[in-house]
Amino acid sequence: MQPVSTSTQALPTYPPEVHVALLTYLVQLADTSLVLGHRLSEWCGHGPVLEQDLALANIALDLLGETRSLYQYAAELEGQGRTEDDLAFLRPATEYRNPLLVEQPNGDFAHTIVRQFLFDNFHYHLLQQLQHKPDERLAAIAEKSVKEAAYHLKWSSEWMIRLGDGTEESRQRLEKALRTLWRYADELTTPTPAEQTLQTAGLLPDYASLLPAMQAHTARVFADATLPLPEGVVMQQGGKLGRHSEHLGYLLAELQYMQRAYPGMTW
Amino acid sequence: METLELTQEEQFQARIDADERIEPKDWMPDAYRKTLIRQISQHAHSELVGMLPEGNWITRAPSLKRKAILLAKVQDEAGHGLYLYSAAETLGASRDQMLADLHSGKAKYSSIFNYPTLSWADIGCVGWLVDGAAILNQVPLCRTSYGPYARAMVRVCKEESFHQRQGFEIMQTLCEGAPEQKAMAQEAFNRWWWPTLMMFGPKDEDSPNTERSMQWRIKRFTNDELRQKFVDMMVPQAEFLGLQVPDKDLHWNEDKKAYDFGEVNWDEFWQVVKGNGLCNHDRLQARVQAHEDGAWVREAALAHARKRAEKAVS
Repeated sequence: MQPVSTSTQALPTYPPEVHVALLTYLVQLADTSLVLGHRLSEWCGHGPVLEQDLALANIALDLLGETRSLYQYAAELEGQGRTEDDLAFLRPATEYRNPLLVEQPNGDFAHTIVRQFLFDNFHYHLLQQLQHKPDERLAAIAEKSVKEAAYHLKWSSEWMIRLGDGTEESRQRLEKALRTLWRYADELTTPTPAEQTLQTAGLLPDYASLLPAMQAHTARVFADATLPLPEGVVMQQGGKLGRHSEHLGYLLAELQYMQRAYPGMTW
Repeated sequence: METLELTQEEQFQARIDADERIEPKDWMPDAYRKTLIRQISQHAHSELVGMLPEGNWITRAPSLKRKAILLAKVQDEAGHGLYLYSAAETLGASRDQMLADLHSGKAKYSSIFNYPTLSWADIGCVGWLVDGAAILNQVPLCRTSYGPYARAMVRVCKEESFHQRQGFEIMQTLCEGAPEQKAMAQEAFNRWWWPTLMMFGPKDEDSPNTERSMQWRIKRFTNDELRQKFVDMMVPQAEFLGLQVPDKDLHWNEDKKAYDFGEVNWDEFWQVVKGNGLCNHDRLQARVQAHEDGAWVREAALAHARKRAEKAVS
């Protein structure tokens, strides 16, 4: 998608702690879609069938569009003269705020689908509410992205069902992917201090309010996929606070290579 | 029977000569059908394999804007592959068989994709030169005699001309940038110039299919005609960018109002066609690997669709 640009609009003014929290959160959201889009783009030319290659690239492109809108807004709000590219390419891994889930490697197609389903189910339900929240710029970005996210969720849900209720092999692979990735699910809906500040200020929905719809959708998909819901999984957290798995460093080494090797140039 | 066949063939040629489109259900000579299947599937395979050298730079694109443009471009190529495979299917070819022929090495794809993309400037060169050459090859195909192919090419060409502009723009930004960027552009240009001249195929005297393809209006210009057009179009653009064309024999010929240029290294051309280029093995291996790794996914989708259909009936 094209970035949502509303540069003619005046920037909102918030109390200092809300301003800082909003900046942190915008970067967190942008990092999340950038990192996941990067992972999906690694599939390019290697998908299981041409139509799905196209779908993966399409989702990657949507997420990248959302990333750019968010970084552009963050850069303006910060007012330090940084650009979307500075934010993407010149921050170290410890300053990246994406949840652990999205940096996990692609693995086989089942891993990619489980990762995508867990993310889409959160992303779509979040954006649905975010588009009605009072920060106009963020609401506009959410309004644009929610249409895409609805398609992403449909796509990943259908693949969860196909793989779960497909062949014995696809079911085993899906179950293995669930055992690997489910541990990262709760971080999405566990608010950080910045998210809590925004929730208190009314700029961000309370995540508890997203859970019923998310859980109902998960239950429907798992029933159609004839899969039991994973139970007793010990959850992992940390990415949203900058504590990442080892995978992110390599991803950023690749993502940031050109800007690090040729600093300060125009491309 | 003999005379009837002749009549059919004569009628067919008369339609071609009148610039009518041949449609899937129309009678056509077997050789016409076979030639088209070969050409269209080769074109589809080229789109598919062509995703690899460009896909190689998506994760390393130097800015978010460039990344988005490149991703969209590679996505377009996947789309071109899809409509070209569909066009070939209207002639009775199956996608499974076409892919099997690609994977076994029986079917060819454009040799240009057997060259590596080593720097960001290569992405500029692929768009500017490779897509530029592809457009010259493909624009005449919008008027090719087989209807579904001609219609697919109209769409393909529109998108390709956008691709070429973005490639030129990458080169222009590099050439107007820092000395390292200019050097990157020249280095990539040196590697891509000759291989793109090879994209027009062997010299006319060594191109056995040209005459018949021209007669059937599958092809509308000869290889050498298109190669000359390309050089005449590209040299001024290279000069505009301040790039040195890596050909000591290149000079303007006032009499023919066109450039004279050096001889393509035909040994290299045939080596790469035969599978001995730097990336032939890796490109094909990547496609075979993707297909094999995806087998269980395709089987699962089919199995699920069958289960769905059974449930719908019961």
